[in-house]
Amino acid sequence: MMRLPAFDYYAPKTLDEALALKQEHGKEAMYVAGGTDLYPKMKRKQMTPAVLIGLSEIDALRQVENGQGLTVGANMTLTEVANDPQIDAHYPALAHAAGLVSSPPLRNAGTIGGNLCVDTRCTYYDQTYQWRKALGFCMKKDGDICWVATSSPRCLAVSSSDCAPVVIALDGEVRLAGPDGERTIPAGNLYVDDGMEYLTKSPDEILVSIHLPPRNGWQMAYWKLRRRGSIDFPILGVAVALKLEADGVCRDARMVLGAVASRPLDVSDDLKEMLVGERITPELVDEVAQKAYRPAKPLDNTDMHLSYRKKMAKKYIAGALSEAAGLESPVSPISRQ
Amino acid sequence: MTDKNGDLNVVGQPWMKVDAMSKVTGETIFADDVILPRMAYCKILRSPHQHALIRHVDVSPALERPGVLAAITGKDLPIKYGILPVSQDEEALCSDKVRFVGDPVAAVAAVDEETAEAALEDIIVEYEPLPSMMSIDEALAEDVQIHDYADEGNVHKFVSLEFGDLEAGFAQADHVREDVFFYEGNTHLPMEQHAAVANVDGNGRLTLWSSTQTPHYVHRALEKVLEIPRSRIRVIATPNGGGFGGKSDPFPHEIVVSKLAMITGRPVKVTLTREEVFYSHRGRHPVLMWVKTGMKEDGTITAMHFRSHLDGGAYGSYGVASTYYTGALQTVTYPIANYKFEALRAFTNKPPCGPKRGHGTPQPRFAVEVQMDKFAEDLGLSPADLRRRHIHPPFSKTVNHLTVTTIGLDECIDKVVEASGYEEKRGQMPEGKGVGLGCGSYLSGAGLPIYWNDMPHSGVQIKIDRGGGVTVLCGSIDIGQGSTSVLAYVVAEELGLDLDDVVVYTGDTDLTPVDLGSYSSRVTLMTGNAAIAAARPLREKILKAVAEETDTPEELLTIHDSLLYRTDNETLPLMTFAEAAALAEARFGTLGAVGSYTPPKRGGNYKGAGVGPSPNYSYSACVAEVTVDPETGIYRVDKLWIAHDIGKAINPLLVIGQVEGSAYMGLGEVMMEEMVYRRGLHEIPSMLDYKSPTTLETPEMETFLVETDDPEGPYGAKEAGQGPLLPIIPAVANAIYDAVGVRVDELPISPEKVLAGLERKARGVEPRVGPDKIPDVQFPDPIRVDRPEEAPVR
Repeated sequence: MMRLPAFDYYAPKTLDEALALKQEHGKEAMYVAGGTDLYPKMKRKQMTPAVLIGLSEIDALRQVENGQGLTVGANMTLTEVANDPQIDAHYPALAHAAGLVSSPPLRNAGTIGGNLCVDTRCTYYDQTYQWRKALGFCMKKDGDICWVATSSPRCLAVSSSDCAPVVIALDGEVRLAGPDGERTIPAGNLYVDDGMEYLTKSPDEILVSIHLPPRNGWQMAYWKLRRRGSIDFPILGVAVALKLEADGVCRDARMVLGAVASRPLDVSDDLKEMLVGERITPELVDEVAQKAYRPAKPLDNTDMHLSYRKKMAKKYIAGALSEAAGLESPVSPISRQ
Repeated sequence: MTDKNGDLNVVGQPWMKVDAMSKVTGETIFADDVILPRMAYCKILRSPHQHALIRHVDVSPALERPGVLAAITGKDLPIKYGILPVSQDEEALCSDKVRFVGDPVAAVAAVDEETAEAALEDIIVEYEPLPSMMSIDEALAEDVQIHDYADEGNVHKFVSLEFGDLEAGFAQADHVREDVFFYEGNTHLPMEQHAAVANVDGNGRLTLWSSTQTPHYVHRALEKVLEIPRSRIRVIATPNGGGFGGKSDPFPHEIVVSKLAMITGRPVKVTLTREEVFYSHRGRHPVLMWVKTGMKEDGTITAMHFRSHLDGGAYGSYGVASTYYTGALQTVTYPIANYKFEALRAFTNKPPCGPKRGHGTPQPRFAVEVQMDKFAEDLGLSPADLRRRHIHPPFSKTVNHLTVTTIGLDECIDKVVEASGYEEKRGQMPEGKGVGLGCGSYLSGAGLPIYWNDMPHSGVQIKIDRGGGVTVLCGSIDIGQGSTSVLAYVVAEELGLDLDDVVVYTGDTDLTPVDLGSYSSRVTLMTGNAAIAAARPLREKILKAVAEETDTPEELLTIHDSLLYRTDNETLPLMTFAEAAALAEARFGTLGAVGSYTPPKRGGNYKGAGVGPSPNYSYSACVAEVTVDPETGIYRVDKLWIAHDIGKAINPLLVIGQVEGSAYMGLGEVMMEEMVYRRGLHEIPSMLDYKSPTTLETPEMETFLVETDDPEGPYGAKEAGQGPLLPIIPAVANAIYDAVGVRVDELPISPEKVLAGLERKARGVEPRVGPDKIPDVQFPDPIRVDRPEEAPVR
């Protein structure tokens, strides 16, 4: 069977202890929360840390605070996020997205912070050591080529978080703690369109919490494409947030696509241009979908054919937008996840 | 505890499996649970190339690593083997050539698995890559041979058979259709990865524990490759955590741990990784099919010409049988007056294909059942009525000389059509919703053994303890289907026992009489008949002894619930079974008996007639209802209605489990499962990425058991483990057509393909997705076989 390689494990109780341990062990150490992504990857030698610093016993990462909006501790499990009455009442798209991650046992272990930081995925990279060796190692681990597009100068692995597009669409912020103190950045700024260096968070920093602004009447939806009704990572995600006036006129709009690039793809600018000041109708939804899906560039490195995923981006944008606007979706409920 | 059920006390009742509690409490010892003192661990180095010559292998650096006990290569195991006598083409470790990514090349035994794995990196192998062939077309076009014993080039096997007079048959047809279908390969995906432990005792005797469906064939392969007499080898089949055909071959890892145990003098274990299970494969062959059928205006089939092209992967395995099976049973499902079957199996540089649930028959079933629907539409007939016109008369012969006994297909069709409201729904549901029908037939065990011999196919031994306990010994192995339970039910029935008084030991070549294995849906019928044969003389002895002791006429005695009664007074038992057994032992000596079963010798005399005969055939029908989203091509199977002609359900609960399990597996094949390759490598060798349905994709199923009381089966039974898979796949394909008017003649029917069909429909192009041509191959002249005299001519 696949063996988990040997490693040293530390379970600090405070952020400071965790940061100090990372300083002490340097590059050979990694942080781990639920471990649902990391441990399988260690078995496949995609990640080879000698030291793991467990975050699960740090109370500071588990808090949910009401205030201006809501602060969600990074260590909240995906099950907790999916079932949290406050999150469900104010940010239903986030509860929905969290509840779509993987399968129930993995949601019980995996955390919201882990999902935001989840490694980018690729069918050339998410393989065992022997498999990757047989083909020739790719640039994301041990090699220097990108098998998805051999002329690509960068890694094309795919951002595969369900929660990230939603948090960005909700204008969320993330708080990071590092050896030099804490900083808070817009969630969208956490990501880079590079399959290897996909986070602006340095390896030494810890994602502490996610802050969501007050809802203030925003309507939202998250749609996910995958082969099966459970277990699978997204191969397309559409997060939509709309601010509608009482008369139905759109005042503000945001949309973020998941799993179509190495980072969550914010297409809000296009959307705003078409929606702000308009009353949202099925015709307008169709018009938006025709345009907004274009930046999506699915590649041949996930499940399902890339041209199908590109077509579905258009359909799912229409679906998610319709749902957020309270219109009947042109896409059947059997396609919706 | 036993309810009366006509004349039967145990058979026909929904008992819990005898091993259920040990399974659910985790007590069952699977192969990976076997732990012995001083046990070492084995890891296998596999080829990174699709096709290459091995120039040089050096394991000496691995031997220098602390903790490594032994390292072996193909030179240590040079003798070739294979499941079929005609395909002795496998090596436990490749000696001169590798034929797919994952082919085993060297193996290490070490004190732990981590050390063994690390040592694989130390082994030096020099390869000289050869051109690789990843498809039938490439295999046919390339001059380089994968094996030198193929029929021609890379064609492992050609088959060409003609029964009756094809030309005359087509001349009688009013309507002829030619259709092309493709069925992608897929794999078994058992929950339990293959595992094996080998140990050599102080006397030099080898024991192998293995998760195998066929301990007898593994026994034979070990004798051949290790050059040890079989009397010095013991193979113990551990309960399989799922088999489905994927554990039916002798495998390299079984031979390798045996050799390593012989070298090291320590027990050696191997547990394959999930990726290695994908490479071990032996799953569903990808098959490209062309079928030309002639029908009269009233729907009678006058002739069928069926051509199949199998992508076999890198080795023979069961492939010759698989090839014949893509043609053998068309005539069993429906009478076909004139039939021509041509097939080829090509070698390619992929993991070897073999038998998966339905072995070679789901592919043609998909093709023929979808074509039947197309005919029904062409002729303006109800697809159900068209099929009802093709029911064999009972106890008749097919054009290819197979004997059918009882047939419950008509009743199966009636059950599912009626329960689903098929006729009312077909073509009448709202856009996006539809129903489809499919039918099938399957054999209850192959009529001939894998290697030629005149011995029984199944043997059962029974011994009775003085305390009344009854021990049943049989070489069969439970792969989850309940074969061990069936043995207990049969013996309990025959001897009148409470089930708690029966214990069954299986799959141990030292202890149990040979049964050929858990494959071919043979176990209930064959071990059941063997168990009856063993039990009945014992029952006679017991009754005779009790009759003498109690001065009762033997014919007035009966046994049930482990108690002896007079039939004229069943309120007061005469004695317990234990007391009766003691009397019988005193009268006759130690109580034991053996029984065996050999299938009736039937079938034709032509070359290839060995594949297809069976004591009896099960029949199944299914109606599927689906909802398709025309915007995305995503569809959901809303419900399945399945009827299965089981002959007699020895345990209806287990039969329904097999029917629904088959349906689930069929659903995976039609909806999503596929073995796909990219750059020569399996693209998705993991349970995350190889998509198989979850409970969320599995619809409600309504199952009907049709009992035809077949004279060949124990208590009238037929098989249940494979046949019910067959109708599911075409039923779903036909339902999608009914829902949105799109024909996807290629498996799996993915949302991509449904959407492609919908887009074609919107453009006004034929709304069909699938292959439209077959390779241009000159098949050999057919062996011509006359229609048997008894075959019905319609």
